[in-house]
Amino acid sequence: MDSVKHLRFDVAVVGAGPAGIAAALAAADSGKTVGLIDDNPAAGGQIWRGAQNVQRHSVSAVWLERLNKSAIQLVRGARVFHAADGELAAESDDSAIQISYGKLILATGARELYLPFPGWTLPNVMGAGGLQALVKSGLDIAGKRIVVAGTGPLLLAVAAYARKCGAKVVGICEQTTRPRMARFGMKMMLVPGKAAEALHFAYELRGIPHWTDCWPVAAFGNRRLESVRISRQGQTSEIECDYLACGFHLIPNVELPRMCGCQLKNGFVDVNEYQQTSVAGTYCAGEPTGIGGLELALVEGEIAGYAATNWEDRAKHLFPKRARYQTVVRILKAAFPLRPELKNLARPDTLVCRCEDVSHERLCEYTSWRAAKLHTRCGMGPCQGRVCAPAAEFLFGWQIDSVRPPLYPVRCSSLAAIPSHSVPRN
Amino acid sequence: MSESVSVRVNGKPVTVRAGATVAVAVLASGATCRTSVTGQPRSPLCGMGTCFECRVAINGEPQRRSCQVLCEANMEIEANG
Ligand SMILES: Cc1cc2nc3c(=O)[nH]c(=O)nc-3n(C[C@H](O)[C@H](O)[C@H](O)COP(=O)(O)OP(=O)(O)OC[C@H]3O[C@@H](n4cnc5c(N)ncnc54)[C@H](O)[C@@H]3O)c2cc1C
Ligand code: FES
Repeated sequence: MDSVKHLRFDVAVVGAGPAGIAAALAAADSGKTVGLIDDNPAAGGQIWRGAQNVQRHSVSAVWLERLNKSAIQLVRGARVFHAADGELAAESDDSAIQISYGKLILATGARELYLPFPGWTLPNVMGAGGLQALVKSGLDIAGKRIVVAGTGPLLLAVAAYARKCGAKVVGICEQTTRPRMARFGMKMMLVPGKAAEALHFAYELRGIPHWTDCWPVAAFGNRRLESVRISRQGQTSEIECDYLACGFHLIPNVELPRMCGCQLKNGFVDVNEYQQTSVAGTYCAGEPTGIGGLELALVEGEIAGYAATNWEDRAKHLFPKRARYQTVVRILKAAFPLRPELKNLARPDTLVCRCEDVSHERLCEYTSWRAAKLHTRCGMGPCQGRVCAPAAEFLFGWQIDSVRPPLYPVRCSSLAAIPSHSVPRN
Repeated sequence: MSESVSVRVNGKPVTVRAGATVAVAVLASGATCRTSVTGQPRSPLCGMGTCFECRVAINGEPQRRSCQVLCEANMEIEANG
């Protein structure tokens, strides 16, 4: 049987992406004990996945080196699945871990939104960030034909990365309109550092078609993807490809903050100027408070780390910097709203829930997420609705109800890491 | 540390770069990861531990998310085809 490990930190940080790393380092400045917990095999989060292998002196290398040299205890490969009464329960490959803390910083990041269309369950149809994550984890895409589709600036980053890795990027399908895309470009030029980034992408993506008002309508293939049909300014056409990298921007991972009792506002964790949530002593930084990119995640993390160790003046010092990057949240929101046509891509037999294979037509029989779940098992599989619930919210306008413990499927023996005083008694 | 690592996917030897995940080895072998409840072949979607589409058996232990596990020498990976 698994053993239960007990850990105690003055400050526990969940999520070792940029926000969590910055928070942990700021908190560690005070000399307090800091634990940084992440479910991946290495620190870095989404953007710095696999950054251990990249050139020195890059932004990621500098932060990761600071982390390596610090006294922060990195708890890798551990997934927090329960939170109650000031304690967390996590599971790793070989043990269950009970973590108690003085202060808690939640930096759980974001995931991609996936929308169902015929053929989206075929092997080699992946998320945009999903394909990138696999390539960063060692997948060789040299010579492969890739269509990148969906919405948001991540598509550009993924296309540039795929090309650098030797893939042939056939085209980028962006569902937003050309005027919106143009306005996005202009506004981002005014954000510090972003003009250089835009020029860099323009150079890296030269020659790759970038279609606006364009989205995938169906994917085809016998047991794996062979081609994708796209709609482009009202015309459909078919493109042969090896991979379709498709994501409709990012959605915040608010499940753990919700379980901790943090209030949400418009779908994001509500925080005060010190990044403190509605729960005293619990802070939140990075994407769960608003999709705003790397720089915002870093500065929010630093503010949370200082605030959690009673270093308010250091935190305050960073408020103007945060304000400069908060504009990105508004710019992104204005640029990439999902167009209504995307609600009509799924056909009656298109699966919406991939874990339990529940089709669109079966969901149409119900009027709420709760009823659909009860009768069809939609959202009841191992991903616990992380993929289908946000899609159902967009397709049907359903309110997604609260999360239930455990946050992830865990081994029975790991339940022993849940503090006994928070286990419901009969 | 060696540059590459060899594992077996459905008995077939596959070599990937050191630090690669099991999902990468499965894709490199040409296999797909799991079979859905209605019998469809599935492979990774999110690459980050969220979707559970990449589940395979690793050294006899079923239902592991292959995108979250690093390849180790001589791992026996069973994928669904
Ligand atoms: C798939 C994907 C790819 C991206 N690629 C790029 C890119 O190429 N370029 C770019 O500029 N931006 C990219 N972004 C956006 C980028 O992630 C953000 O701009 C920013 O860096 C987010 O930082 P963060 O620290 O808030 O979150 P993340 O980097 O998402 O870090 C959150 C971390 O918390 C961990 N975590 C969450 N819940 C738990 C739990 N319960 N237990 C344990 N650990 C947990 C996650 O595994 C993750 O490692 C990407 C986003 C996604 C989702
Ligand atoms: S690919 Fe989504 S969990 Fe592994």
